[in-house]
Amino acid sequence: MQESTANQVAANATSSFTEHLQRDRPELLPYNRSLQAGAPAAAPLQVPHATTIVAMSYDGGVLMAGDRRATMGNVIASRHIEKVFPADRYSVLGIAGTAGIAIDLTRLFQVELEHYEKIEGTLLSLEGKANRLGAMIRGNLPLAMQGLAVVPLFAGFDTSAGVGRLFSYDVTGGRYEEREHHTVGSGSVFARGALKKLWRPNLTAAEAVAVAVESLYDAADDDSATGGPDTVRQLWPVIYTVDSSGARRVPEGELAAASRNVIEARTIAGREA
Amino acid sequence: MTQQFYVSPEQLMKDRADFARKGIARGRSVVVISCEDGIALVAENPSPSLHKIGEIYDKIAFAAVGKYNEFESLRQAGVRYADVRGYSYDREDVTARGLASVYAQSLGAVFTAEQKPFEVELAVAEVGATQAEDHLYRLTFDGSIADEHSFVVMGGQADKVSSVIGQGWRSSLDFADAVRLAITGLVPRGEAEEQAKALPAGALEVAVLDRQSEATRGSRRAFRRLNDADITALLA
Repeated sequence: MQESTANQVAANATSSFTEHLQRDRPELLPYNRSLQAGAPAAAPLQVPHATTIVAMSYDGGVLMAGDRRATMGNVIASRHIEKVFPADRYSVLGIAGTAGIAIDLTRLFQVELEHYEKIEGTLLSLEGKANRLGAMIRGNLPLAMQGLAVVPLFAGFDTSAGVGRLFSYDVTGGRYEEREHHTVGSGSVFARGALKKLWRPNLTAAEAVAVAVESLYDAADDDSATGGPDTVRQLWPVIYTVDSSGARRVPEGELAAASRNVIEARTIAGREA
Repeated sequence: MTQQFYVSPEQLMKDRADFARKGIARGRSVVVISCEDGIALVAENPSPSLHKIGEIYDKIAFAAVGKYNEFESLRQAGVRYADVRGYSYDREDVTARGLASVYAQSLGAVFTAEQKPFEVELAVAEVGATQAEDHLYRLTFDGSIADEHSFVVMGGQADKVSSVIGQGWRSSLDFADAVRLAITGLVPRGEAEEQAKALPAGALEVAVLDRQSEATRGSRRAFRRLNDADITALLA
């Protein structure tokens, strides 16, 4: 009897918020819903989709940027949506795919990291965080098979190694470490093309912000689901930088200036692309 | 067949309460003080890793005395409760009152139903926008809950410590003053001069709930644990 009590205590000792929910409140998990089996696959659900995220390393850290548009089929579902979030003090994540599930997943991931920190008294390692996110994406696989996929991009500062690192994922939760830069979402191919020309090693943080804004501009230029800088509504991309001092949101003023520079340079050049 | 002896409920409860009190009185004291800058939590604790003070949520902290395994399981349960609540409703909806009432119910249930009561005493502190909105709850082993103002002292020498702190407490204290006052209280009276040196930063566990964490640190999480260097700097 003694031993079984000890086993029970050990089995119940978890530092993971997700595991706790799985056990005690499974209905609260964003991916624990199964759609009607055999639902008509021919008519995909009309739900908001989040689009392009770009991330890159720069001298001393990593940066992540996302445009502000969510689309639902041919309709713009939101012009204000934010798709890049701080995960904790030293990491950020950006999401592409089904917006509703992705935002819930982000919230769960934020709580997961904070919960671990509070229970254990230390921060999870960057690898550990990246693996947890992969497990969550894998949990969403049944919904992804039905068309409600979420694909995140994760960036953080590895405090033990002293470098910024980038991780990309596929819908099965596969985790891949990226070098230099990476993009996800519908406009990612165009943003990637821009990054290949604009990115170079040892960018400063300010240069990296300019590169991110310009690559998102290029993505918006060719992908209807990606929103460009909106000078009428004063909407700029959301950009976070992460370095040894932690995650920081780039203020609106800097983003407005960077966006205006891109628009101005392109207007002066007056070229097709 | 063994014969069960009759024990009156009064006697049973008294025995359990005495047992729990004895366990708690053996431990060292913990002080929670509400002050101008926020709430300071100070414990005499030589271990740098087995904490008596912990973060529960954005504005809520936890302090305990007694048996480590018992209050640690309560602390973890509190973190789970707060995180589930904040995740399913909103971060604003997690309050010290709700948490304290859950603790009171669990402690009460353990006290009456289990083989042995928990030998712990807890404090749940929530920092508000102003000092008047601070909440301090003290929970005892039998599930009693008390809403305290200005400060809470728990543990071995609670009466002595709280009389010292009661004399020194003013609402205008800042963190340095509050921690100093707590240390004065924790050092046995009469031998304060010699003992003050015998209580170095390494023997103290100090954490604060910053009232202005958003403004000063850009973080909604008010809880901050002070390491030895921080404590020395604060008291310098």
